[in-house]
Amino acid sequence: MAGATPDSASAETTYRSARVPLLLPTWLVIGVFLILPVALMAVYSFLTKEMRGGVIWEFSLAAYDQFFINRGLFGDEPPTLEWTYLTVFGRSILQAAIATVLCLLIGFPTAWFIATRPPETRGVWLFLITVPYWVNLLIRTVSLRFLIRENGPLNDALLGAGVISQPLALINTDFAVQLGLFYSYLPFMVLPIYAAVERYNFAWSEAAADLYASRWVTLREIVLPIVKPGIIAGCLLVFIPSLGAFLAPNLLGGAKNFMIGSLIEEQFKKSLGNWPFGAAVSMILMSLVLILLMLYARSAARQETR
Amino acid sequence: MTRLFATTSALCLMAGAAAAEGTLSVYHWFEYIPQELVDKFTAETGIAVTIDTYDSNEAMLASLKAGRLGQYDVAVPADFMVDIMAKEGMLGTFTAEEMTSLGNIAPQWLDVPFDQGRKSSIPYQWGSTSFSVNRDVFQGDISSLGVIFNPPDELKGKINVLDSQNEVLILGSLYLGIPQCTTDRDQLTALSDMLVTAKEHWASFGSDSAKDVLVSGDAAAGMIYNGFSAKARAEGANVEYSYPKEGHVLWMDNMVLLKDAPNRDNAIIFMNFLLQPENAAAVTNYAAYTSGVTGVEPFLDEAIRTSPENNPPEGSTPGVFAQVCDDETQKLYDAIWINLKK
Amino acid sequence: MALRSVRHYPGFFGIALMCLTVLYAPLIVVMVYSFNDSPSITNWGGVSLRWYFDVFTGPEAPRFKAAAWNSLSIAFLAATIATCIATAAALAMLRAGKFKGRSLTFAMINLPLMVPEIVIAVATLIFFTMIGFTTGYLTILVAHITFCIPFAYLPIAARLQGIDGSYEAAARDLYATRAQSFFLVLLPLMAPGVVSGYLLAFIISLDDFIITNFVKGAGMETLPTAIFGSVKQGIKPNIMAISTLMLAVSFLFVTLSYLINRRGR
Repeated sequence: MAGATPDSASAETTYRSARVPLLLPTWLVIGVFLILPVALMAVYSFLTKEMRGGVIWEFSLAAYDQFFINRGLFGDEPPTLEWTYLTVFGRSILQAAIATVLCLLIGFPTAWFIATRPPETRGVWLFLITVPYWVNLLIRTVSLRFLIRENGPLNDALLGAGVISQPLALINTDFAVQLGLFYSYLPFMVLPIYAAVERYNFAWSEAAADLYASRWVTLREIVLPIVKPGIIAGCLLVFIPSLGAFLAPNLLGGAKNFMIGSLIEEQFKKSLGNWPFGAAVSMILMSLVLILLMLYARSAARQETR
Repeated sequence: MTRLFATTSALCLMAGAAAAEGTLSVYHWFEYIPQELVDKFTAETGIAVTIDTYDSNEAMLASLKAGRLGQYDVAVPADFMVDIMAKEGMLGTFTAEEMTSLGNIAPQWLDVPFDQGRKSSIPYQWGSTSFSVNRDVFQGDISSLGVIFNPPDELKGKINVLDSQNEVLILGSLYLGIPQCTTDRDQLTALSDMLVTAKEHWASFGSDSAKDVLVSGDAAAGMIYNGFSAKARAEGANVEYSYPKEGHVLWMDNMVLLKDAPNRDNAIIFMNFLLQPENAAAVTNYAAYTSGVTGVEPFLDEAIRTSPENNPPEGSTPGVFAQVCDDETQKLYDAIWINLKK
Repeated sequence: MALRSVRHYPGFFGIALMCLTVLYAPLIVVMVYSFNDSPSITNWGGVSLRWYFDVFTGPEAPRFKAAAWNSLSIAFLAATIATCIATAAALAMLRAGKFKGRSLTFAMINLPLMVPEIVIAVATLIFFTMIGFTTGYLTILVAHITFCIPFAYLPIAARLQGIDGSYEAAARDLYATRAQSFFLVLLPLMAPGVVSGYLLAFIISLDDFIITNFVKGAGMETLPTAIFGSVKQGIKPNIMAISTLMLAVSFLFVTLSYLINRRGR
């Protein structure tokens, strides 16, 4: 983008003196209602578990030990690296990554399409995208399951049209889970990209076209760098919740393997509970995401100084 | 802003206090009591009833421990959970004088290990957990838990098991003939290995969906509660419930009086109400399990009374209640479960 | 070259259409089966309106109405408040230069995204109990505002990042005050981002189950908590009727706003 003139550079600090009152609501709300409770959870991860849920206020590293160190089924074998939970994390990360890519591949063209509609209809398209989300996610996920099951309408239609000869075993597969995640988080990809593309000045595309650049080169070299903030925002908004999701994996994937989300849920809700361990897994998840976000913040800051 | 806050909170608290006169706050499983019965109760006594729901014993416990104790009057935990709640000091108690209909309880359920002499709980519904097979898919012998743990070819890849550590591990133990809460290493290792091998042939883990998958055909066999199986049959699935020779799990849900119940007297009235045969029968007709109250038979639907799920065949192996293991042993079983689902 | 063709990319329309199809297919299922006479989701029993009657007049009707009202009002309030807070935060983060605590604030804003919902749920309830904040409508609202903030923030910030500072500089050259240049110049430019943020926050609040379930007071339901138990066991058609109704309401919304927009031209 054109180098900052002195005028626009000073616009970058317009609100500098107002920054405290502007940020105060954020600091208060998140500080009190999220940071304090999460700090409580962090403390919990270092406590001893009470057998039936809850904690005993006694320091213990048992939760982290359980996560990282394998001492055999009966706890008395020599310690080795515990692969069980790392596998769970790896699996969830892979699922979330694939879902994000899927959302990006489909969400970007969709967002682009909407942003290039005449202004009056844009709102309509936006609402069309978001209106399905007025229906509860649980219902949509279960309806999705109904759609793709072996005796379901999708297979019936495909069989009837002669496209396949055997019903597709789509349910209880990784694909079903990714479809579910894609389905859950699509607008979070579309909306940020839409906002970024809508701001894009098409005069640059025209200039590129005048210079005989193909539209795909224009997309890659000119458009993408400019709408990158929107894309990254969208990817983060899809990837991170997908990491901790458990509706789609449970209902569509058959719940045969733990994901991060179901592992944590199990600690707090399903088995007789190991709250410190649930808290520890959450802490580890958060650290992962924190690193990701710090990288994002750093690259966003770098972009501003351009 | 703070004044608005304080005023609103005060108003809410006052509204809550004022309404306590004729209300009852129930913490219950979803869809476990017919609305008509609740309305009947309100009509008879003038007490307004609110019902909050949970979907597992552990979720209820977690929620109460995290701070909701003191908001509800009664809850409906399973047998082992009553034991746990008693040990945690979460239960209130009543006397035989208050609970006038205590005598309606069937004699075998009057003095139970988890609540001797019935001081805090009354039976709600009891039933069994075993498995059902879709007879359209498999016509062979289903009298053994091997159908689930070592399935015949027709059923491989089409089995749903309950997503519940307790049930899966106990049924697995019964299949291998090892006791619950064992600390014998070889037995535990055998259990873990057997489960991991069996999992290859399982399609999914699901508790709430246990009925749905059988009706829709996603699964051809599955662990299931007897009432659920009856409902699946009613919805058109050609399933047969099995009482395996190795045994099965018995469970009893009980309504308990909670500690610090805000409307304790109304809770007692409600519990007495549920101990009347026609009301207990209304619950049974709705949930399709079995009541713990005597004299319900005349009020039961024919289908429920004679259903195979509620009437085990002569000479079949009786079921066993879940045992609550001590902490150290419980850890081992937790480890087996995590290993299974990793 | 014609203005139109630089906007046009072959295949994008097709993908957008496919996207909408995938989004709406399960909804079609819900709508069709809401007219199913049989109570089971897998068997078709003929067309009937009985479930719609059941929603409004059946034994559970008052419960659902109260739940729907709670859900919608909380979503509206939470989204509005969260969007305001997020806009202010975006201004500070992107139009106040570098200051101490900036990265920390950024981490704070995104914290609700990073923490798993179940953890937020349990932690928040324990915390509320500890400070004596009686659970009820307010606790749900507060919890919702908190986790809606990052969802509102990200699209607003993405949008603001791309707005050239020269517009505001020009406004200042014309002696506009900061407030004037914000409301008359910057805000209209940010509008799509703000709207996106609002919509996201609204949806998130409307759909939330886990956190709401833990922090709500006894007897208070939102729509997801009211139908959750039912849905997990296999949806009943009256739930599908409710969902179809909500869909109808939102389509009404869309049509209304489209007409209003047209009027304004």
